[in-house]
Amino acid sequence: MTLVAADIALAPAAAPERPPYLVVTNVTKRFKTFLALKGVSLEVREGEFVCFLGPSGCGKTTLLRAIAGLDIQSSGTITQGGRDISALPPEERDFGIVFQSYALFPNLTVRGNIAFGLENRGMNRGDVSARVEELLALIGLTEHGEKYPSQISGGQQQRVALARALAPGPGLILLDEPLSALDAKVRIHLRNELKQLQARLGVTTIMVTHDQDEALSMADRIVVMNMGVIEQIGTPLEIYNDPATRFVADFVGAMNFFDGAVSHENEVQVGGVRLAVDGRTPARGAQVTVAIRPEDVRILGAHPSAGLDAPNTLKVEVGDAEFLGSEVRLSLNYFTSGPMVAQTSQESVRALGIQPGKRIDVCLPADRLRIFMSGANHV
Amino acid sequence: MSDAVLGAAAIARAPAIRAKVGRDDRLMLVFTLVIGLYLVVSLALPILFMLWKSTEVRAFAYSAVEMQVDTGQGPTSVGTLADVAGKLGLLSDVDQARRANSLTAAQLFPKRAFDGAPLKSVRMRFSGGSADGRLDLSGKPVEAGQWAEVPAQDLRRLVLRAGTQRSLANYAAYFSNPALTQSIANSLAVSLITTAIVVLLAFGFAYGLSRTMMPLKGLFRTIAMVPILVPSLLAGISLVYLFGNQGLLKDLMFGARIYGAGGIVAGCVFFTFPHAFLIISTALAVSDARLYEAARVLRTTPRRTFFTVTLPGARYGLISAAFVVFTLTITEFGVPKVVGGDFNMLAVDIYKQVVGQQNFAMGAVVSVILLIPAVVAFFVDRTVTARQVALLTARAVPYAPQPNRPLDWAAFAFCSVVAGLLLLVVGVSQFAALVKFWPYDLSLSFQHYAFEGVDGGGWGSYFNSLQLALYTAIIGTLVVLVGGYIVEKGRGFVAARTGLHFLAMLPMAIPGLVLGLSYIFFFNDRSNPFNFLYGTMAILVVSTITHFYTVSHLTALTALKAMDREFEAVAASLKQPVTRMFTRVTLPVCLPTGLDIAAYYFVNALTTVSAVVFLYAPTTTLAAVAALNMDDAGQIQPAAAMCMLIFYTNLAARGVHAVLTRVLASTQAWRAR
Ligand SMILES: Nc1ncnc2c1ncn2[C@@H]1O[C@H](COP(=O)(O)OP(=O)(O)OP(=O)(O)O)[C@@H](O)[C@H]1O
Ligand SMILES: [Mg+2]
Repeated sequence: MTLVAADIALAPAAAPERPPYLVVTNVTKRFKTFLALKGVSLEVREGEFVCFLGPSGCGKTTLLRAIAGLDIQSSGTITQGGRDISALPPEERDFGIVFQSYALFPNLTVRGNIAFGLENRGMNRGDVSARVEELLALIGLTEHGEKYPSQISGGQQQRVALARALAPGPGLILLDEPLSALDAKVRIHLRNELKQLQARLGVTTIMVTHDQDEALSMADRIVVMNMGVIEQIGTPLEIYNDPATRFVADFVGAMNFFDGAVSHENEVQVGGVRLAVDGRTPARGAQVTVAIRPEDVRILGAHPSAGLDAPNTLKVEVGDAEFLGSEVRLSLNYFTSGPMVAQTSQESVRALGIQPGKRIDVCLPADRLRIFMSGANHV
Repeated sequence: MSDAVLGAAAIARAPAIRAKVGRDDRLMLVFTLVIGLYLVVSLALPILFMLWKSTEVRAFAYSAVEMQVDTGQGPTSVGTLADVAGKLGLLSDVDQARRANSLTAAQLFPKRAFDGAPLKSVRMRFSGGSADGRLDLSGKPVEAGQWAEVPAQDLRRLVLRAGTQRSLANYAAYFSNPALTQSIANSLAVSLITTAIVVLLAFGFAYGLSRTMMPLKGLFRTIAMVPILVPSLLAGISLVYLFGNQGLLKDLMFGARIYGAGGIVAGCVFFTFPHAFLIISTALAVSDARLYEAARVLRTTPRRTFFTVTLPGARYGLISAAFVVFTLTITEFGVPKVVGGDFNMLAVDIYKQVVGQQNFAMGAVVSVILLIPAVVAFFVDRTVTARQVALLTARAVPYAPQPNRPLDWAAFAFCSVVAGLLLLVVGVSQFAALVKFWPYDLSLSFQHYAFEGVDGGGWGSYFNSLQLALYTAIIGTLVVLVGGYIVEKGRGFVAARTGLHFLAMLPMAIPGLVLGLSYIFFFNDRSNPFNFLYGTMAILVVSTITHFYTVSHLTALTALKAMDREFEAVAASLKQPVTRMFTRVTLPVCLPTGLDIAAYYFVNALTTVSAVVFLYAPTTTLAAVAALNMDDAGQIQPAAAMCMLIFYTNLAARGVHAVLTRVLASTQAWRAR
């Protein structure tokens, strides 16, 4: 009795950090001689929406299929809800999956598809059809229950595939590029819908995508992968603002890179210019790459806060202006290593009379500059 | 840096995961084993067994027989029979056995004397061991190692029986017999000539249908398929009625006889035409319209366009068609049997050796000889077909022909002549089947359809054939679909699935007669647990399913490949067994393909002669084989009638197939796209 009481008393103090729901530890996958996954580890918390993001061929699908048991990893362990599922065949795991192709059964109606996973497991007919109706309502396709997959739109098919995966109430939903077969408008609409649905149901979800906008707008956390390794795991904000590696900086969002060398502590020499930087710098003389996002390049005059005497101010010539709707992307000629790209609003371009050939002053704020070691991927 | 090193070390150290075998894996494994066992028992083992048997000869084990003779000084050893064979005037161990299976002591000592001295008695003992054979004394076997003694007056009571020996003697005998080896040259010549003619005709025909605006294309396409619906020997029968001694067009022969190479070529051209036509028209259909536009823009002459665009585009189709026709012809049995006369072909040799002379070993040797070109052609064709697939998947714009009066009419004339000839062949048999007494009484009658007093079983054979065709269509289609499903959609067990696919591709390379003969060897062997199948309808069904397995398998694979690769993964994630997936989704979606396969099996089961000619029993006579036997017995009009009966049955089957396919498309809303 006393022990239990003590437990209860202690519980809040011990910080109720629940163990992660899905734990992937040191997973590798080898296809003959090719290593598609090179020791991947990550944790997914219950109810979380995680995106695997990376360029084509980086191993996202391979990792997802290993988690599903469809192509079991060569080594490493995977546990789900505390159970070691590393070697289990898919039918003994607990997940629902939606593929890029949706893989809807063409000869079954929408209802038939959703009911497929409910039948044959001891549920009575009434419960099955009640569950099917519930899911149809959830995806807003109650009217279309008797149609065949070929008779509904791509977006509707995608929702049916999701409903079919959700039907048995799995603990984990796996989505492999579920939106990539749709056209742009539908995709953005479904992005929101999917995210809301996931939040409402609170089901742990992993989605594979190579579309960074998709990942940034939907995920609680993003796992950025490249060539079979994880480059960074973090919230969309962390990934965008604090890319851990040059690869992440380059892959997510746009980024300017300049080669240089550390000249002093907190100072890097790039071409003929010394740039002050915040934060740690490697040892003096080290070859580094300096990076800055286009929207962080300040065009002086456009920002009243920055005066002409601000540090890291450069005189540049406008090369080209590309209109992206409300924003304008300017390519600025300064460093010999190629043009620098700056992004600013239409309004400031108009106000400053910027046009190709004009010379302007820009500032590279020290707190927005990132430093990566040349050659190696890391700081 | 250090990270990477650590990572690599960790990877090297990590234990490999051994996937747990799940329920679906076990189900798949069971089905893999069942289908695999079927193909092994119905194909691999019989063929291997036949190869084994072709190296088996009967021989007397001379060196295993010790002998003692008593010429008054008591039993004196003279060594083994091998030592004294020359002195006793024996032939070689194999030749002696070829004369007779047994050898009495009386034959060894016809004068009851040894070295001039009169014999009192002879003792022999068989050492056994590795040698095969036996000694009999007074009709009872003598145990190996025991002496058997007979007095001089009873020498014939001691009998040495020949055993079997592994050697290439059968092959040696084959190659030393010019009457047999002549068939190799004959078969090659006939096949090459037929191939050249058919590929030219089929190309012209397919070209007319795909590249011109001539009228009646649909009709021509249908007529081109007619030869598939009749037994090939019908072509032989019609040729006899056209050009034989009492033929309608005998005068066109100017005294030459239809029996021989010419007749075989003509008959083979008829029955291989649709096969070549199908392959070539597929190849022409995938040609890219953009190339023709480019040629027009460059003002290339039509002639040049033909040689630089059309022919190269169709080349894989032409090559593939050539190999298929070559294989079909060299392995063909029905046509040369009917119109071959004394022009020998390999396939007929097999039949003659087995059915005529009961020389099974020589039949096996000829089978092996016949296997060689068939297997070579098969592998070349597979390689070529693999390339053709690459062409097919390219994103090409289909070619739409433009009107061109001279070309259209020339194509129409050509296709009319070819189609007319095809119809003529069938028509002549139909006419012959309906007249009272060729050529003397040409009034019409159905009397030949009564099949009274004919060889081969008459209507009974027809109903047996129907039964065979139905069983083959139903069971074969199921086996093929399940087998194809395992090969295409199975997970894991890669080696087993690859093996299954290989076995499924093999029947294409095995001539029907060879398959049939190998079944005799294999299933008629008393020690085979499947011996009970011999002489039943079941063995006919099994042989026919296996004989036509490859095309069915490839058809099934094509349909299965078109299905989403992830269905099985989805079903597993929904905890549904793969069997439920198969019956609820795969089978219904593949139903039209299943119907195609069933129709293919049905038609071929009715028309085939080659594999089943060795396997039918008095209770399981078959229609096409009956036609062959009637023809053999000179009852040619009933034979023609039986062939036409098969034709109309197949026509009806194709009709049912077309109706069912249409019904499926119109009643199953989900098939509409
Ligand atoms: N069955 C296989 N055999 C051999 N190599 C494979 C196999 N499956 C994947 N690979 C390789 O593994 C690597 C990772 O493949 P994967 O499908 O995981 O990439 P991905 O990140 O999902 O790419 P995408 O965005 O194009 O879908 C690729 O280089 C691919 O060629
Ligand atoms: Mg992928």
